[in-house]
Amino acid sequence: MAKIKNKIRTIKINADLCNGCRTCEVVCSAGHATPRFSSNNPARARIHVITHRLENIFLPVFAGENTPAQCLGREKYVIDGKEYSECSFCKASCSARGRFIEPDSGLPLRCDMCEGEEQPLCVEWCLNKVLTLEEREEEVEEEVKLGEMEFGLQSLVEKHGLEKLVDTIARMSQKR
Amino acid sequence: MRYAEAGYNLEIDLATGNIEKVETDPKLMELHLGGLGTDVKIHYDRVPPETQAFDPENLLIFSAGLLCGTPTFSANRMLVSTISPQTGLLCYPMAGGFWASELKYAGYDKVIMRNKSPKLVYIYINNDKVEIRDAAHLKGKGALEVQDLIREELNEPDAQVSAIGLAGENRCFGASIEQSKSSASRGGAGAVMGDKNVKAIAVRGTKDIYLADGPEFMKQLKILADWIDHRNHNPLPNKNIMTIHTGVGSPQAMKIVDEKWHTQGFAWGNSRRRRKTFWNDELEKQWTEIQTKALRRFISCFNCPQQCGALITHEDTPRYMAKCFSKLSYMFAAEIDEQGFNWEILEPAFQYGFDSFSTPQVLAMGVELRKDGIFTDEDWEGCPTDIAGTFFWLLDKMARREGRVGDLLADGCYGACRRLGLPEGKYDHNNIKKHEQMCVKLGMMDPLYYLMYATNEKVSITQMEGNWPQEPFREMADREEFVKDWPHLPDDRFKKWFLDWEPRGEFANPFYPTKEISAELVDWMEMLHNIDDALGICCGMGSFCLKPAYHIHNYTKFINAATGLNLDEDGLRKAVNRSRNLHRALQNRRGLRRKDEVPPKDHWKHRFPEYEYELLSYYYNFKGWNMDAIPTRKRLEELDLGYVADDLERRGILKDDPDLVYVPNDNVSREEGSIYLQDGQSDFYIPDDHVSRKEG
Ligand code: SF4
Ligand code: SF4
Ligand code: SF4
Repeated sequence: MAKIKNKIRTIKINADLCNGCRTCEVVCSAGHATPRFSSNNPARARIHVITHRLENIFLPVFAGENTPAQCLGREKYVIDGKEYSECSFCKASCSARGRFIEPDSGLPLRCDMCEGEEQPLCVEWCLNKVLTLEEREEEVEEEVKLGEMEFGLQSLVEKHGLEKLVDTIARMSQKR
Repeated sequence: MRYAEAGYNLEIDLATGNIEKVETDPKLMELHLGGLGTDVKIHYDRVPPETQAFDPENLLIFSAGLLCGTPTFSANRMLVSTISPQTGLLCYPMAGGFWASELKYAGYDKVIMRNKSPKLVYIYINNDKVEIRDAAHLKGKGALEVQDLIREELNEPDAQVSAIGLAGENRCFGASIEQSKSSASRGGAGAVMGDKNVKAIAVRGTKDIYLADGPEFMKQLKILADWIDHRNHNPLPNKNIMTIHTGVGSPQAMKIVDEKWHTQGFAWGNSRRRRKTFWNDELEKQWTEIQTKALRRFISCFNCPQQCGALITHEDTPRYMAKCFSKLSYMFAAEIDEQGFNWEILEPAFQYGFDSFSTPQVLAMGVELRKDGIFTDEDWEGCPTDIAGTFFWLLDKMARREGRVGDLLADGCYGACRRLGLPEGKYDHNNIKKHEQMCVKLGMMDPLYYLMYATNEKVSITQMEGNWPQEPFREMADREEFVKDWPHLPDDRFKKWFLDWEPRGEFANPFYPTKEISAELVDWMEMLHNIDDALGICCGMGSFCLKPAYHIHNYTKFINAATGLNLDEDGLRKAVNRSRNLHRALQNRRGLRRKDEVPPKDHWKHRFPEYEYELLSYYYNFKGWNMDAIPTRKRLEELDLGYVADDLERRGILKDDPDLVYVPNDNVSREEGSIYLQDGQSDFYIPDDHVSRKEG
């Protein structure tokens, strides 16, 4: 496969500065609404601020890959003497819990780094400068990147199998 | 489609367990916006004026403001409205935190509770699923700790919980409702919640809130964000204003250590004495060390870039969150100079769920009653001998209503003194309308504060003022600099008033600002609060802040883009004035009259009885109220409240009485006078011929 230059966007998270306001969740969900900014709903955001206020945990986490079946290996964190339940700090969208799952469609959500925007919305609107953007260029093997729709479909394929999905879509298009 | 609003209220009959999801009339948003505005309408329509706080008919409404749940910065206020056990009037304490927006995301604007549950319960709202759940196992749990317990029990880490502690369960008049770092404190709504047997309300919501014009809305929000950022990086000079008011947001008491202004300006003990030379370098050093150590992280409310609260990890004290003046209030009352004491006592105080303004005052009064032998040896048995220990002991007694001391003090300063048969004002001297006020005792009567204290529907003026500097600037050059960049003012007259305002002489308090200017200033600031309270915006970003984010010229931009309404500034004024006058009529129906509108008698040393009387009369007339503090038919009709005028007339409250019409008195005496009568009985001044006086 051909080598191409890729812009890698990294968001550096200085969690020490986070005040737990969840503005990042609000703007992320508003920016991804259709039409853009027509609604907001933090449950649709691709960032989630994990907060345990009294334990001093204020941790913005970005929606990562989808785990179609729940992981076999899991982590349990102990921080400051408090033990957190399994999966507490995981960034995957996963059927084990509701996080990073579209509330109505049940499809997984993934941070797309706000592709197309000058800078990620969460970075732009976090006035506390918790989130900063670092961009660098890297040479990588060309691969086909999954767009928003493919990412959702992919998870359906993994769940139901490609054949069933194709059948369903065919049936739906006949009905129209 | 409904914009900004969810469009539904939850109606819960606690006696039967019946839960209904009721669609609201979109017209109400046009008439009263939301939040406090629509709450007042519901109370007016549904709660008979005879209803008292602990009657089943008293409604307990938890509401989210109109803009809560939209991306509006700092629109996160949960407003609780109910008849106060303390004042007998409608109270509406508010809290920031995360609950109100979550309620919107669950699909509701308000939770309206009526009657009483037969046993202790909590309510769990998860989108369309609403349950009343047993809370027997949560009885006595702390108002903070129970929030986590409920989240764990529901296995819903993202649920937001508002809860009461022991103080609410035991119907203490100073009981608050706690939510994350925030408290809905004033007026005793926590006691009503306890009386209704509701320990907590947990909410989880995953629905959308819509904006009528999203791109326009975000454009306006960007302008606002730039202003906030600008203000955060450029605090106002602290030469003429205290440091905690130089930024935007609630007063930055958690961040700033220099407490010269509070410690020397406010009154200590049972609001009795000022310590004008209190602050020194040594204290500043000590307090900085304690405060820096105690503060683990600065935190905010939902969707707000500011950081007014803090996670407190003080020595061995269990962790909690604090904000604002609570940092000092217990120290002041106990007359303890050690800041550590305050950090320690705040923890049980928040867990019991006590208002941190009223409660310290009540405890301090308890100590006075003991000194004067009104509380006996028997009452005091078991109390430690040191003052810190005494405060912890009293707090605990009060939360449990234990013994005569606990049970009496739990009714607040006014309630305790009446039950003890003590003369009004002797010990409970710092009240307005039976409610404890900030511990402020000053020299010269200030006409703006006079009007705010006397008339405000919040009863406590805590954070009522804000857009106008508390004191004039000494030097003209500073004043000129200040007015240069002040787009928040309604018009340029306000600038002139500020420029003219002097610390001494003819253009100083008490006669300047004049009654005419005072009326405009107070009405404007109060209106801003009412706008914030309808929209659910934190007053720290609007009405209680110098040069804030929100102001009369930009509210409509957010309201219109969010809701699709097409309000101009006059339209907004009219909507909010409609709610304010409805609110006043509601209080009038509950008995409020001019005779109740009295700042504490010892609030200022220099008083001007005749002038104060004229000042208040002028203000009533300015507002379109008669001389007994009741809106006139003309005023009500202007605001489409003809039905209220009919109602007040039918009840004999509103009368067509020429004695109640304002007659300007421009030759009013400016003599300083005592507001104490010769025989030592305190009273406030009313001319002999005044009708209210005759009526008693
Ligand atoms: S917007 Fe910034 S400060 Fe607020 S929660 Fe997100 S990361 Fe934290
Ligand atoms: S980068 Fe964009 S998509 Fe990712 S969390 Fe931030 S706002 Fe959402
Ligand atoms: S300004 Fe402060 S109190 Fe107000 S919403 Fe923001 S963090 Fe909360």
